[in-house]
Amino acid sequence: MIEFQRVSKTYPGGFEAVREFSLVIPDRSIFVLVGSSGSGKTTLLRMVNRMIEPTSGRVLIDDEDVRDQDPVQLRRSIGYVLQDGGLMPHRNVLDNVVAVPILNGVSRLVAHGSAKKLLEQVGLTPDLGHRYPAQLSGGQRQRVGVARALAANPTILLMDEPFGAVDPIVRRELQDELKALQAELGKTIVFVTHDVDEAVRLADYMAVLAEHAIIAQVGSPQSILAQPADDFVRDFVGTDSQRVLTVRQVGGRDLAIDATGRPVGVLS
Amino acid sequence: MKWLSQNWEHVIGLMVNHLLLAIPAIVMSVIIAVPLGRLAQQKPWLGKPLLSFATLMYAVPSLPLLVIIPSVLGLPLRSSATMIVALTLYGVALMVRTAADGFASIDQGTHEAAIAIGHSRRSLFWKVNLPLAIPVLASGVRVVVVSTIALVTIGALLGQSSLGTLLTDGFQRGIVAEVLTGVVLTIVLAVLLDLLVVLAKNLLAPWVRSGRAAV
Repeated sequence: MIEFQRVSKTYPGGFEAVREFSLVIPDRSIFVLVGSSGSGKTTLLRMVNRMIEPTSGRVLIDDEDVRDQDPVQLRRSIGYVLQDGGLMPHRNVLDNVVAVPILNGVSRLVAHGSAKKLLEQVGLTPDLGHRYPAQLSGGQRQRVGVARALAANPTILLMDEPFGAVDPIVRRELQDELKALQAELGKTIVFVTHDVDEAVRLADYMAVLAEHAIIAQVGSPQSILAQPADDFVRDFVGTDSQRVLTVRQVGGRDLAIDATGRPVGVLS
Repeated sequence: MKWLSQNWEHVIGLMVNHLLLAIPAIVMSVIIAVPLGRLAQQKPWLGKPLLSFATLMYAVPSLPLLVIIPSVLGLPLRSSATMIVALTLYGVALMVRTAADGFASIDQGTHEAAIAIGHSRRSLFWKVNLPLAIPVLASGVRVVVVSTIALVTIGALLGQSSLGTLLTDGFQRGIVAEVLTGVVLTIVLAVLLDLLVVLAKNLLAPWVRSGRAAV
């Protein structure tokens, strides 16, 4: 369980990224923080592994203040996936995947032995192991990034717009695979995105963030789509316009038609 | 060629002396310039004056410097230590800016990712920043290598034995072949050492040559 207790962050120069943010993130779920850029969502994520220290308030993991832990050890115990993978360009895929176990003192030989299984887990063939990140496609880099985050078997996974740099088709694939992986592994995943569709597709719970990371609404995707708390949320998740579907009968079947008049599916 | 065939043992001895002055100076320059460059890149308030000072340093004429160093450090005028200190000063002056550029060339996202996965400050430098700066650092080392090999010859004016001795001796005695030998071998040494640095860079930074072709 990750708990934010009245957390604020004001940067030197006066920019207030986060104002009095409180939230409880339950274990073994995908919790998506969704907001437009500048809403402070990445700042929140980085407070969990002490990349950023809050100006006031506390962040707790399993009731322990993260500030009482050594930041380097804390970061090694939490998986982190960045946009475009965040891989080390000078290390090949194998070495990237096992980076955290090796930092923890596991021998290279032992670590490489476990890397093969990790690569398979994220849908990569082990023969990619000796390539450098620059020799991979964007989607492959992202998968390596996920494999690296899982390598030290953390209970918490932080994902910062991980699929933002890949094309829509690959993004969809990666999202589906993340769901499948989560069903198997049951991690506590905090996922940051500005893409509402992605949030709705992945989230067990989601929080819609306004400026200064003020929570506009928190709940399951269903509840937020069904009952937006206010105009901001309604506007943000788009229930007024693109997400509204109408039903039209064509040839004896019920077609779902979106706001622009395109058929998006068939009702069963 | 006749002159060379009669004096090749002497010439090889001078070449060894040349390298004995140049290589310690080159190594010292890199060892000093890299951390200074890192410091300059991390702390701009210190880095800016430091880099300007390095540029000025390189503008100090070499002969007076070779006289000043012994009097400041209490070394004998004609010791090889004096020569190595002077060459190191020039080497550092040449390299420190490139070193700072090398560390500045590292992608900020990569740097942050390295912190995020739990690198300590020390492993961040040794395992991430230093290797990633190698391609740029190597280009700095190449300049230092060529410059140092050329500068060593000036020591001959103070009686420091090197390939420069062939130049001073050849001029005094009017032996064109000796002067030519000195010039050509100095260039050959510079080119050979430069190639060694390129080779070392390719070995130490294999990811650069692996290409950017995505699959």
